[in-house]
Amino acid sequence: MRQLAAFTKKEFIEVWRTHKFMILLIVFSLFGIMNPAIAKLTPWLMEQFAGTMEESGLLITEVTVNAMTSWTQFYKNIPMALIVFLLMFSGIMATEIHKGTLINMITKGLSRKTIIFAKTTVMIALWTLNYWLCFAITYAYNAYFWDNSIAKDVFFAAFCVYMLGVWLISLLMLMSTIFTSASAVTVGTGSVFFVLYLIGMLPKLKKYLPTKLPDALNLLLGVGEKGDYALSLGIAACLVIIQLVASVLIFNKKKI
Amino acid sequence: MNILELSHVSKSFGSKMVVDDISFAVQEGSVFGFIGQNGAGKTTTMKMILGLLQPDRGEIFVNGEKVSFGQNQTNQYIGYLPDVPEFYGFMTPKEYLFLCGEITGLDKTSICHRVDELLEMVGLTEADKRIQGFSRGMKQRLGIAQALLHSPKLLICDEPTSALDPVGRKEILDILSNVKKETTVVFSTHILSDVERICEKIAFLHNGEIALSGGLEEIKSIRGGSGLELEFCKPEDALQFAQMYSGAHCLNQVRLRYDKKKKDDVLEIMKILTEHNIPIQRMEMLEPNLEDLFMEVVGK
Repeated sequence: MRQLAAFTKKEFIEVWRTHKFMILLIVFSLFGIMNPAIAKLTPWLMEQFAGTMEESGLLITEVTVNAMTSWTQFYKNIPMALIVFLLMFSGIMATEIHKGTLINMITKGLSRKTIIFAKTTVMIALWTLNYWLCFAITYAYNAYFWDNSIAKDVFFAAFCVYMLGVWLISLLMLMSTIFTSASAVTVGTGSVFFVLYLIGMLPKLKKYLPTKLPDALNLLLGVGEKGDYALSLGIAACLVIIQLVASVLIFNKKKI
Repeated sequence: MNILELSHVSKSFGSKMVVDDISFAVQEGSVFGFIGQNGAGKTTTMKMILGLLQPDRGEIFVNGEKVSFGQNQTNQYIGYLPDVPEFYGFMTPKEYLFLCGEITGLDKTSICHRVDELLEMVGLTEADKRIQGFSRGMKQRLGIAQALLHSPKLLICDEPTSALDPVGRKEILDILSNVKKETTVVFSTHILSDVERICEKIAFLHNGEIALSGGLEEIKSIRGGSGLELEFCKPEDALQFAQMYSGAHCLNQVRLRYDKKKKDDVLEIMKILTEHNIPIQRMEMLEPNLEDLFMEVVGK
């Protein structure tokens, strides 16, 4: 327990002193501000383009924006932020193995599972903080400019995407124990997501896959029910645990 | 008691046999030199002792406990200094040693005490900046401090002096010879003068096998023996003596060299010299040196 606390502290010092913490905070805040900002600017932008569009035969009458426009932006943008996040941590294990910094720790008796848990804890903590910060900023602006009540199940839908992030973080951890370079980790994580996404094209299978979670945007529009996502959420949670256990088992046998 | 014991350990990478059936033991309280060329298998052997690599065959015991790959219980007895120690560059030496102390499970007061003591010993008390700005020598010294933090029974150093300049090397060797009062030291190197300076026992590793092992003095006396060099005043004296006492190599007109001579032979030579009234300028017993031995072992 003490080892876990000490190593987790080291991970936090690292993200702080290597400026990752600040970068993430800035990126996620910017995304949070961007969602309502784009929504707010849409009518003005349309007006600017109205002239040229009219020439090509498109007639713009009146554009109405509301909280839903902003929430749609949120679900469009958050995958980008998630990708930035995952890229930033793709080297979380590879760099240490490559540089040999873990050798000192392991020969001091630090158990390998503690390394996995500490790193996962820090990533999930940062994801939680930044994701909900981004959400809170969008939520606050939406409430200020428009009215959030037109969107249904705002929190539940956001939670679905949050869980998608948690699942991908544990997948990234698993890939980090399998591969020894950051680029391979990125490609590995991306490939698994892509394959599941492709499988999700089959409507019968989609409800079982975590790749369904981003569709939770539909809940806001009143399409579908919360229950539709229960399976995906449950399976994502199980996968998180399975992937972490697999990471520990693989990392235990890894040459360092 | 043996603090470290290897029995019939082998390891290969692909088809290349890196370590081939080696066995040796290190007694508590000694300084053990592990000598070999680059690529002889020294680092591989050390990594197996630390449980970082899995041996294909054989067993390793540290302080009587079997080393198992992937798990690190036996590492509590070991302090390890890698050849190029890497630290978290974003931390200061003090923070790093604190982290090490907490991982080892020392309590807070003894960490504080030990960290100050060790920083003092390796001369890094003043270096209160982040490790990323450290020179190689400073990193090596910090490496020793972290390895000794938990007062290990066995200190394993992988080529601690290889990458350093003469001043840095001297500092490290001084620290190691101080440390040998507290702990057993196993250290690998290809710098033979370092071995002669601090080791009591040695093992030569060549092509993955132990080519020679034992006490430093013992090995020196068995292998090669002592040579003897004579320097005469006049060339004709040298010639005359060479005819009377066979086995001489002429180094130049006035200098002769004999291989493998013992103390009795010296007396006999002196007797011949006085009997025939041959004056000499100099007579010297040549100490066998490790370099010759090393060359002999590697077959050059």
